[in-house]
Amino acid sequence: MLLLAVVVFNFILLSLVPGDIADTLAGESGGASQEVMDDIRRTYGLDRPFHIQLATYVGKVVQGDLGTSYYFNLPVTELILGRIAPTLLLVVTALVLAILIGTLFGVIASRRPNGLFSHFVTVLALVGFAAPVFWTAFLLIVLFVAMLEIMPLSGLVDPTTPRGTLTWYLDVLHHLFLPVLSLSSIYLASYSRLARASMMDVLGSDYIRTARAKGLGETSVTYKHALRNAVIPVITIAGLQFSHIFSGAVVVETVFTWPGLGTLAFESILRGDTPTIMGILFFSAMIVIVVNLLTDLAYRLVDPRIRSARNA
Amino acid sequence: MDAAAPLLEVEDLEVEFRTRHGTARVLDGVALSLQPGRTLGIVGESGCGKSMTALSIMRLVPVPPGRIGAGAVRLKGEDLLQASEKRMREVRGKDISMIFQEPMTSLNPVYSIGDQIAETVRLHEGLSRRDSLDRAIEMLKAVHIPAAERRVREFPHQMSGGMRQRVMIAMALACRPSVLIADEPTTALDVTVQAQVFDLLKEMQEKTGTAIILISHDMGAIAEMADRVMVMYAGRIVEEAATDEILENPRHPYTRGLIACVPHMEEEPPPERGALTEIPGVVPALTDLGSGCSFAPRCDHATDLCRSRAPRPFAVGADHRAACWLYDEAGAA
Repeated sequence: MLLLAVVVFNFILLSLVPGDIADTLAGESGGASQEVMDDIRRTYGLDRPFHIQLATYVGKVVQGDLGTSYYFNLPVTELILGRIAPTLLLVVTALVLAILIGTLFGVIASRRPNGLFSHFVTVLALVGFAAPVFWTAFLLIVLFVAMLEIMPLSGLVDPTTPRGTLTWYLDVLHHLFLPVLSLSSIYLASYSRLARASMMDVLGSDYIRTARAKGLGETSVTYKHALRNAVIPVITIAGLQFSHIFSGAVVVETVFTWPGLGTLAFESILRGDTPTIMGILFFSAMIVIVVNLLTDLAYRLVDPRIRSARNA
Repeated sequence: MDAAAPLLEVEDLEVEFRTRHGTARVLDGVALSLQPGRTLGIVGESGCGKSMTALSIMRLVPVPPGRIGAGAVRLKGEDLLQASEKRMREVRGKDISMIFQEPMTSLNPVYSIGDQIAETVRLHEGLSRRDSLDRAIEMLKAVHIPAAERRVREFPHQMSGGMRQRVMIAMALACRPSVLIADEPTTALDVTVQAQVFDLLKEMQEKTGTAIILISHDMGAIAEMADRVMVMYAGRIVEEAATDEILENPRHPYTRGLIACVPHMEEEPPPERGALTEIPGVVPALTDLGSGCSFAPRCDHATDLCRSRAPRPFAVGADHRAACWLYDEAGAA
């Protein structure tokens, strides 16, 4: 139901955008007569009334058909599935790194709230929040590609490398480094800040005093008793931000010409390839829903209070 | 005083806290001695240093801003203030355990109560996971938690406050400590549950021979539980005696005030009891205690001497001391 609403909303939103595929094709072929343009519009059903177009599209989506890309002349589903792997690789790696490193930073900082590292985390968070992703990405390119010359500029992999070999995988990792670093930087900042605050809150609680009174060492107190309580808000935010990081991926992929959904989305918008854009939006919405579900599952794993509330 | 060597002895304990408003001496010259298997009550209003005394014995005072300035805490002769942090971790939970005021928040919400009890046993006695869980069940049965085998897998949020405090007691006693510090163990509980918890504490003391330091602001609770009572005010001990002695013959004006504050449910109260009273004023800020007796501003009997010099404890009876100039028989010495 929610997905259906998303589909309808996307359709209405995109139909408001000026220009269509006929304009693009005409532009690319260096001009066309009104007759040819009308012909193109008829081919794609763009001449029909709006509500008929909408109903046709929704009807197809319900049957699992996302339509055909105007530009590639391929089924949108096929197009997306071909591009999904690099995007997931990028987004999931960035998110996992941001959560793990961010939480670790936060934990270390919380041990000494007024220490040097804690101030470092605060500054990192500030810079991370303030810096736009594309700016970070360009700075990283300047540093690693132009000055140090140790990182590739763009793409998923060096095309000369034989596919499927160990070198190929390593080369992908090599290419992955900068995009992941740019994308995770903002989230790293917010998670370390969040984890720090959450840990400090938990470390002041009564059950931490109980744990100390039992004779547990600081390591057990921090990582066993405090951390498990402190990650609950981090999980919440990570779940909510997943859609965010997806949109961040559009920018990062474009900067590094990473052959994922983000680049496809960006290019499709420029080309006025409406079915592809709607397909990607539909797909993203689905992923966000799946991630929310996973977040709920993660909650149940960490917090027994939620487990029993659901069972009751 | 008993002839036997005390199990726990605190001497001249001084604890300071640095605050924005200056240094607060939260404990000043606190001394106590606890015999094996006995119960010592510590009474006083909020902020008088009861809990701080307990935390100092456990060496759990947050440092900084806190600082244990002077004194000694001897457990079976060993000075814990000089012990290493590693040694203290061995002592905590094994030799000296503690239960707290807030059973609702004193247990970790994300671990089962069985795990939390078993953790102590594993830590101090090196038992296997299985054996330590068996011990947890055994302890839950000892504190009269029904269906212990099932409840051992439950989480704190599935239990009531009284149940949780029982769990805390089970956890504290799991390694058979020689000293149990109970910091306001019933303050957050219903009156009926309070009585149950006290009964349980007494029963467990008889079974295990543990000595108890019971901290409370409630004279009634202390009267029921303690063999000996220490009254604290503004970080100092103002009166100390056997429980019966102090109830029948309170000497320090503050102790008298505390006892007069306890409401009594009697149809015809004896006329000398009079109306329910209160002690006027509040505990002073510990950052600006003058040189005089810290109770003087609230005391009916205060003289110029009280306001200028702090009294030391004077013997006012058999094994009964009160820090009040009223009992300075030698005159202003």
